[in-house]
Amino acid sequence: MIPPSFEYYAPTTAEEAIGLLQQLGPEAKILSGGMSLIPLMRLRLAAPRYLIDINRIAGLAEIKETDGALKIGALAREAELERSALVRSKYPILVETAAVIGDPLVRNRATVGGNLAHADPANDHPATMLALAAEVVATGPTGERRIPITSFFTGFFATALEPDEILTEIRIPIPPPRSGGAYVKLERKVGDFATAGVAVQLTLGRDDVCDQVRIGLTNVGSMPIEAQQAEEVMRGKRVEPEVLRRAAQLAAEASDPSADLRGSVEYKRDLVRVLTVRALNRALEQARRGA
Amino acid sequence: MGSQKISLKVNGVDHEVVVEPRLLLVHCLREVLRLTGTHIGCETSHCGACTVHLDGKAIKSCSLFAIQADGREITTVEGLEQDGTLHPIQEGFWQEHGLQCGFCTPGMMMTATAFLKDHPQPTEDEIRVAISGNLCRCTGYMNIVKSIQYAAAKLRQGE
Repeated sequence: MIPPSFEYYAPTTAEEAIGLLQQLGPEAKILSGGMSLIPLMRLRLAAPRYLIDINRIAGLAEIKETDGALKIGALAREAELERSALVRSKYPILVETAAVIGDPLVRNRATVGGNLAHADPANDHPATMLALAAEVVATGPTGERRIPITSFFTGFFATALEPDEILTEIRIPIPPPRSGGAYVKLERKVGDFATAGVAVQLTLGRDDVCDQVRIGLTNVGSMPIEAQQAEEVMRGKRVEPEVLRRAAQLAAEASDPSADLRGSVEYKRDLVRVLTVRALNRALEQARRGA
Repeated sequence: MGSQKISLKVNGVDHEVVVEPRLLLVHCLREVLRLTGTHIGCETSHCGACTVHLDGKAIKSCSLFAIQADGREITTVEGLEQDGTLHPIQEGFWQEHGLQCGFCTPGMMMTATAFLKDHPQPTEDEIRVAISGNLCRCTGYMNIVKSIQYAAAKLRQGE
């Protein structure tokens, strides 16, 4: 259970870290919270030759609203997201997501940026960021670029980040009034990956008409899934029980789970349907309370 | 690039240690500094037996390289007792029979002390969530919760 040898670098600026990525090439790996990478190295499932520890880069852990967006620095810890007064008051979906990741000790180290960049389809933030229509800010040798979350995940554990880019920030558009969101995850025990998870963020217009809705699914496919047909069936319609039932059915159909110890394909697909209804109802309650 | 010299402040004492980058903090504490109160259980960040404080926050020392802790402060279970007097959490585990085999106890106590700093008046539910990353396989959670409640009350008296 001793990890393989590696060379260790601890840059103090993003520029320095990017320079190291360019110099060391594809055998270099970024170390953020390390809550996925270090256990993988101990199990010898990962053996990077070089580790670039970004934890000593200043200014990458901020959580603040500016320019119409909530900005979460790549090094913001899950525990900080849970504690942030701003996030608690305006983005309960993010608190609900952070609170079911790992366990409280893991969340003291685990970072939001790492949860996305690792691109494990079982990770929880990807579905939530799909629901929130987030953008990922990638910093590379020529500066920053923004990647919409819908094109960030490109495959099983694969992202649109270039080998010499670092995920530095996540930007979430500030939700309009009468918005609500929820993340509902079924896990067998604390610290387990989701059997399935559903993230919903929606905005209501007049007469309970759904102006906008986005639905993200966790661990029911080889990539995080956005249930687009479920969203389409809701947009512009009054959020009546029949519409929610139909959306939940379409979300289940959008899922593509594999059977494992957590359940069969049929079970997981039906779970997506049930969790979608719950998440929609919770999001609607919040949206109706919102001014 | 091979081994590197790092400095750690552990339980108030400064140490300079030469480490291979792959040396985990828990191995550094136990095998280099000979502080064997911190236990190794699952080695995959599930069980919490290796919990220590890093700059005051409870973390799993099996999931951090020692080199990452360069220049930082660590408290282990050995740092709880002060001048021969048990810390209220240690007293609580003693008074409330908070352990059977004792393997999880150091981790439980380190998680609890960090938690009680921010939650001086915790509810039972809050305590149970706080220790949800620490496994006790004697299933003695009832008395562990009571031990933490004991410590919370004792710490409040002391203020």
